[in-house]
Amino acid sequence: MRQIWLGANAVFRESVRDRVPYSIVVFAVLMIAASYLISQLTAGQDMKIIKDLGLAALSIFGLLIAVFIGVGLVTKEVEKRSVYGLLTKPLSRAEFLLGKYAGLVMTLAVNLAVMTAALYAVLFFSNLMAPEGLRQSWEAPAVDPRMLTAIVLIFAELMLVTALALFFSTFTSPLWATLLTLGLWVAGHFNSDLRNFGTVVDSAPVIWLARVIYYVIPNLAPFDVKGEVVHGIHVAARHVAYTLAYAAVYIGLLLTASVTIFGRRDFK
Amino acid sequence: MPAIETEALTKDYLVGFWRPRPYRALDGMTLSVESGEVFGFLGPNGAGKSTTLKLLMQLIFPTSGSARILGSPVGDVAVRRRIGFLAENPYYYDYLTAEELLTYFARLFGYTSAEAKTRVASVLDQVGLGAERRMRLRSFSKGMIQRVGLAQALLNEPEVVFLDEPMSGLDPLGRRDVRDLILGLRKRGCTVFFSSHILSDAEALCDRVAIVAQGKLAASGRLNALLAFELQGWELVISNVPEALAATLPARFGSVTSLSHGRVALKLAADAEPDRVISTLRAEGASVESLNPIRHSLEDFFMQHVRSAPQRATGL
Repeated sequence: MRQIWLGANAVFRESVRDRVPYSIVVFAVLMIAASYLISQLTAGQDMKIIKDLGLAALSIFGLLIAVFIGVGLVTKEVEKRSVYGLLTKPLSRAEFLLGKYAGLVMTLAVNLAVMTAALYAVLFFSNLMAPEGLRQSWEAPAVDPRMLTAIVLIFAELMLVTALALFFSTFTSPLWATLLTLGLWVAGHFNSDLRNFGTVVDSAPVIWLARVIYYVIPNLAPFDVKGEVVHGIHVAARHVAYTLAYAAVYIGLLLTASVTIFGRRDFK
Repeated sequence: MPAIETEALTKDYLVGFWRPRPYRALDGMTLSVESGEVFGFLGPNGAGKSTTLKLLMQLIFPTSGSARILGSPVGDVAVRRRIGFLAENPYYYDYLTAEELLTYFARLFGYTSAEAKTRVASVLDQVGLGAERRMRLRSFSKGMIQRVGLAQALLNEPEVVFLDEPMSGLDPLGRRDVRDLILGLRKRGCTVFFSSHILSDAEALCDRVAIVAQGKLAASGRLNALLAFELQGWELVISNVPEALAATLPARFGSVTSLSHGRVALKLAADAEPDRVISTLRAEGASVESLNPIRHSLEDFFMQHVRSAPQRATGL
């Protein structure tokens, strides 16, 4: 455990000193701030637009960090051969990989916390500036703690995407790992269509194939409750618990597969 | 118990994209290095030296055969607490300082923060980077990175050190420092296994050497046993040679080479009795500058084995 923690710290330190995640977070904070200006153009919809844009920014920029840094974590080490220095220390390949994963999750948590603070600051400011009459028309209060439910699920989704990026980067090139991760992220959000493929197609093998794909690729739609929280619709605790459990199992499987593949790999 | 043992260690790689064929990078390498030895692993580029070291570090897995370090299989993570490794042309994290990198590695070896701080300072001084400890590695030259690599290999006061081309990228001063460092390691009983294609380093440092060519062990043993130490002849250098004497030299000695400042090098046969030859030449007016025995060098031995090595197997 100590070795994993030391590895995670090193990844966190790298990302703190790397300009890429900084720029992504700064850009996201700017976009959240800009959502206030955009909201001024749409009478009555302002609060929903700030929340919509803010949560979307959290999700998309978090995705960029998870994919681009997640893919580079292992491939960069192997390409530049810095992995030789680490794997010849008393550190198993599993500890190396899990340390990398934990470090990136720590980085994501900090970045997401910064973006969340920026979003709540904009919401607080908008609430302060809005006339009483307008406030009454909002479906949910401006500084709504229920938005944290959506943010927790975004974080869980990003942890899953990071595990995907790490998994692909253990056996393929950075470009392929990026494309496959982004591809699965998109497919994962439309996964439920595959489940109902039988209603639009007659061929049994195609329906069977669609069903297999449905169960293999991650189902990311349940992680997206942005619409509900923006409109003040209650998100059931059971849904959150099931989704988090699903994420934990999926991440566990991905990390196990990553450790197995990485453990057998030759570093030429 | 030997410090390092390999038994018929073999590694095949698949080469080719459409129809991959196996390429034998290492073929049945059997070696044994005793504790406390400085062992030179010599061979031209691409001979299989780095492949052997990567197999010993389990950075790659053998196709067949086995290897043990300090009696444990190479896959045993615990044995890595007792060894050090320097890769060829190492690369470390640009964003860390030398001190931070070594502290991270020291913590992996189980040192506490305070112990790591002391140990890192000591090892950085040892490799001559004490003043640069707080500089980011991205600003380091190739030679400085090589010194960082040596520092991390010595961090845990290892019992066995593996050095892959340790002189690579170093200037003459750096190379002398590394030689002194290896001699220092031998003094404290550390086993050193180093690969090199620079034969003078091996001649100066090694107790034993192995020569690898085309993925196979071509020869191994003690330097004085490997090199034929029987006399091949003598090289006699004379000066102030009178003209009359100069004219007779080719007929009397066969091999005569004119050197600078009027000096002449003569090659004498092993049984030529140099004392008698020197007395005669002095009597004829010449001065004697030097007399050196001619023996086989490691380079002669190396070239002989590398050239005669059979071509490696492909498409097995």
